[in-house]
Amino acid sequence: MHVIRGIRGTFQPFWVTLRNMFRKPVTIQYPEEKQQLPERYRARLILTRDPDGAERCVACHLCSAACPVDCISMQATEAEDGRRYAAWFRINFTRCIFCGLCTEACPTLAIQVTADFELAGRDLLKLVYEKEDLLVDHCGNNNSYNFYRQSGIGVAAPRGTNPGETPPADVKDLMP
Amino acid sequence: MSDMLVTLALILGKLLFIFGVVLFMAAYLVLAERKILGRMQLRYGPNRVGPFGLMQPLADVIKLLTKEDFVPARADKWLFLIAPGITAVTALLVFAVIPFGSPLEIFGRQVPLVVVDLNIGVLYFLGVSSMAVYGVVLGGWASNSKYSLLGGVRGLSQMVSYELSLGLSLVPVIMMARSFSLTDIVMAQQSIPFVLLNPVAFGVFFICVLAESNRIPFDLPEAENELVGGFHTEYSGMRFGLFFVGEYINMVVLGSLVTVFFLGGWNGPWLPPLLWFLFKVLAVCAMFIWIRASMPRLRYDQLMNLGWKILLPLSLVNILVTGAVLLGLG
Repeated sequence: MHVIRGIRGTFQPFWVTLRNMFRKPVTIQYPEEKQQLPERYRARLILTRDPDGAERCVACHLCSAACPVDCISMQATEAEDGRRYAAWFRINFTRCIFCGLCTEACPTLAIQVTADFELAGRDLLKLVYEKEDLLVDHCGNNNSYNFYRQSGIGVAAPRGTNPGETPPADVKDLMP
Repeated sequence: MSDMLVTLALILGKLLFIFGVVLFMAAYLVLAERKILGRMQLRYGPNRVGPFGLMQPLADVIKLLTKEDFVPARADKWLFLIAPGITAVTALLVFAVIPFGSPLEIFGRQVPLVVVDLNIGVLYFLGVSSMAVYGVVLGGWASNSKYSLLGGVRGLSQMVSYELSLGLSLVPVIMMARSFSLTDIVMAQQSIPFVLLNPVAFGVFFICVLAESNRIPFDLPEAENELVGGFHTEYSGMRFGLFFVGEYINMVVLGSLVTVFFLGGWNGPWLPPLLWFLFKVLAVCAMFIWIRASMPRLRYDQLMNLGWKILLPLSLVNILVTGAVLLGLG
């Protein structure tokens, strides 16, 4: 029995390899064929706009605080109407590890991940993306959220007039 | 005088022919092996350089030549530098006695298609192929690295274990052909190749040849997974390339020897003798590649057991039986 198993074990692999030789390889020929990436694949970061077309980023620095490799930096400023925005916003993709923690930290859904992973290049400085490289003209994965239209924020519209918001209570009116 | 010049020119022509063909075959065997191995593992193998990756050997050579030729600190410098050459040269030298075609008529004279038809060709092959292990051992020892040293030691003990059966498995062939000359051995197989007459000797010889070529399942001196690369761990650039080319030249040479000793050399119906020879050699090489794709590496002690306890007695008994049968037939 031992011998028979040994002989089978010696010759079976030859059959397996021969059979495999006539099967189609599973290789994806990368530059020509592209892999179907998962929907939530994490690669290049973008800065999205809200449905009204304004920048979503309020320069709160939460993403750069959450970033484990410190690749996000920015300068916060305030516009005349009280909107906060980033004067400049920089992501160093040579350091980015595509962990997506910045997107989870972002309170305004401004910074989001895309599936575009082809970031390789010979010039490192070309991988330092400035705000104009990062900013896109769409809402990313959420088409309705607008931070300035949330209740309690009186920038785009006075307080109490945002959709789904009741006017603020008149404190004096409540007095007995 | 002109007679001698023609002889000289013919020898030179044959040398160049063999050199070119063997090196070309060695280069493309690398590609063929990578492609076939790839397909057997559901990959494509190299297919980027040129159509179907056919320029890959050229790209490899350019890469190897432009790499740094590195000698480790405290290595035995001269031995370290010479060792790869020994492997490649000894592999090429064996081809001197291999007849690769039936004699041709050129300039009104018989030209045997072999560099030298030594009347002790078999002994020459055994002697020179034993020298090949010096490349492995000296390279491993001179590197001053524990992995290389282990690889070299393994190479040596492996050689000791199978070389005996390698020689003994050829004794029946010599008895049947009644000659030590490789040309005579091929001539003796005109009607039936020896693989059919003496399959046991063929089996033993084939296994020993696998061990001789330091390939899976007997690639203990290299053993990428355990020894990082064994005897050539410390080599880089073209010196590593020489080891590599040496291994594939060895494949061609050993394939030719299997062809000459057992598969009937250039004998075959319909096709011209040279083509038959090439076809048989390539078939043996394809077998080598197939075996590499299919088999695991033998353990150290398993190799020793196989060599000393199975192959050696088997080949000895085979000699006795062959002798008795030959005597009985008269």
